[in-house]
Amino acid sequence: MRKHSVKSAAIVGASLLVLAACGSNKTEGGGTTGGSCDTSKGTLTVGVVAPLSGNLSALGVGIKQSAELAVDEANKKCTVPGFKLTVSAQDDEANPAKGAQAATKLSTDPNVVGVVGTLNSSVAQTVQPILRDKKIPQVSPANTNPSLTRGNDFLTAPKRQFDNYFRVCTTDDLQGPYAANYLVEKAGKKKIAIITDGKTYGDGLAAELSKQVAKKGGTIVGTEKVGEKDTDFSGVIAKIKALAPEAVYYGGEYPVAGPLSKQMKDAGLDVPVMGGDGIFDGKYIELGGKEGDLATSVGAPTESLATAKAFVDAYKAKFGKEDYAAYGAFSYDAANAIIGGLAKTVEGGTWDESKRDAMLTNVGAYSGSGATGAVKFDQYGDSTNKVLTVYSVTSGKWKDVQTGEFTG
Amino acid sequence: MSVLLQQLANGVIQGALIALIALGYTMVYGIIQLINFAHGEVFMVASYGGLATFTLLPDDLKKSPAVALPLMFVGGIAVAVLVAVIMERFAYRPLRNAPRLAPLITALGVSVFLQEAVRVFYPNAKSNLPYPKVFPEGNLTIGSVNISWTGILLVVLSVGLAVILQTYINRSRMGRAMRATAQDPDTAKLMGVNPDRVIVLTFIIGAVLAGVAGIMFGGYLNNINIDMGFQNGIFAFTAAVLGGVGSIRGAVIGAFIIGLIKTVAGQYMPGGTQYDYVWIFVVLILVLVFRPQGLFGEPERVRA
Repeated sequence: MRKHSVKSAAIVGASLLVLAACGSNKTEGGGTTGGSCDTSKGTLTVGVVAPLSGNLSALGVGIKQSAELAVDEANKKCTVPGFKLTVSAQDDEANPAKGAQAATKLSTDPNVVGVVGTLNSSVAQTVQPILRDKKIPQVSPANTNPSLTRGNDFLTAPKRQFDNYFRVCTTDDLQGPYAANYLVEKAGKKKIAIITDGKTYGDGLAAELSKQVAKKGGTIVGTEKVGEKDTDFSGVIAKIKALAPEAVYYGGEYPVAGPLSKQMKDAGLDVPVMGGDGIFDGKYIELGGKEGDLATSVGAPTESLATAKAFVDAYKAKFGKEDYAAYGAFSYDAANAIIGGLAKTVEGGTWDESKRDAMLTNVGAYSGSGATGAVKFDQYGDSTNKVLTVYSVTSGKWKDVQTGEFTG
Repeated sequence: MSVLLQQLANGVIQGALIALIALGYTMVYGIIQLINFAHGEVFMVASYGGLATFTLLPDDLKKSPAVALPLMFVGGIAVAVLVAVIMERFAYRPLRNAPRLAPLITALGVSVFLQEAVRVFYPNAKSNLPYPKVFPEGNLTIGSVNISWTGILLVVLSVGLAVILQTYINRSRMGRAMRATAQDPDTAKLMGVNPDRVIVLTFIIGAVLAGVAGIMFGGYLNNINIDMGFQNGIFAFTAAVLGGVGSIRGAVIGAFIIGLIKTVAGQYMPGGTQYDYVWIFVVLILVLVFRPQGLFGEPERVRA
């Protein structure tokens, strides 16, 4: 028995060697410098915290794989001399408690140099302090709640909340009003009903929208809440329908928004549903999102950006599919900000705990041209890229109808 | 006024769905005094079973609802019955004479097991799945009240099946055996009733009803997910307790009360839809304070 297992181990080992040899041959043949980087100083890890299972996994997997792509490219280009980089992806199930566990796990690993994540603003709230205590930079591709960087009085008295927290996407105090302007001025919807899921993201976004709707002369006819796990919305819909809104704004994510839109239509309330970046996913349409429904999302449409083309091509080459989802390009940029900060921190030297302060400074000072445009952080850790896009469901697909910045 | 009528209609449809599941809880409790917490999951696997049946159909059959829909019912119910029978045979029967807490905990375990099994093994079950459009489309409109045909079908099926079940238990030979086993299993055995057969049949009937509910749920709401069993199971369990656990009529009436409270309280009570669950449980607590056996339940007998 023992003899046998030794033999098979030898065979496996030998075949691995052969495979490895094939692998390096291939990359050399491709003309890159792959495999020839000096990795003598060890391995450093970029953490990812995102929902890899559950309803929002389509978004989470896009985040994880895009970060892997960025790390792969850095390894090929020897961006961080002396080190090999890997990704450690942790599933937060879109649940703040699970997010805290994931962050704790990453923060106890001395080789984790930074974390890409999270998707949900509510999860970010529990992850931020855990990573701060270990001085680990966190760069979010998708958190849009403004209080995460500037505190609860983000409009009147903004104050930096976490010196380790950055994000590459813009925020809901711009996204909400931008949506309001489109809804009231471009689409001509004056009577708007709001439904939210009561979470940090949805409530915050809807609140910002309603302020701007009032400013532009529209009215909010009613505000309702649904549970995150609810499936039958007939009660809410009947209540909203009686108020005769011209559009419904949903603050939350696509697993609820899709069925809600379909049930509204079935109940005879055939008005467009609009939402934020949380409903901007193909799954929304699959689950019942109807023609004419609207969404805003952060950044310009990935497919149309010149800077994004290289990302899309590389992603397709690596994963075979274009499932980078709404935040793929942002996650790629977030990972690159961490890698760029790390390269500057290490600069041919070594990595140890004493470098963590310098690492935070360098990530904060990172400036580069990424898949979503210019990547740079302001004094609160927010992205300086404030571009937003309105999308509409047209023949079963999200199509961009307007791209720009919120100007008041 | 029209809003109230619309909310009442919505409440009746929700009640009809809950009633189909609640019958399974109440029957099993009536016979073996077990709160089968995994029953909500039987409802959930039926939904996925129906969806799997549809996926496996050849393309030309998918386009004809008249064939596809009955086949989905057959597939979904078959899966539900299979799961229920296996669950009874291997999880509950060995614990038949154990203290009551043991099968209760087992039921919770089976519930988690089924939920995770679907999540891991059913393709793409990690997120919501859209349900095929083989159900009657469109609405019945009376004045300003809209009721979907699928909703009406759900109510008709629910009430119809409950009446058939009640008649079966009151009139048939097997029904008498079930009532006898519920009253006193030992004496029933002496009278020639095979308790194992009665108990399996009870689980099968519960699974068939949950199966119908599972398919109709998918058709009515167009989406299914692995949490649906837990959430609706809690409502159904509450309905069974409210109506008096062990009573068929009580479970159905309890279910309609819950459906109506949910929609009407969301409309008229302070806090709106955010607090609709609160009122369901407030009513449950009030009923249990004044009638601990539920609306139609019999006071607990001391069993020998």
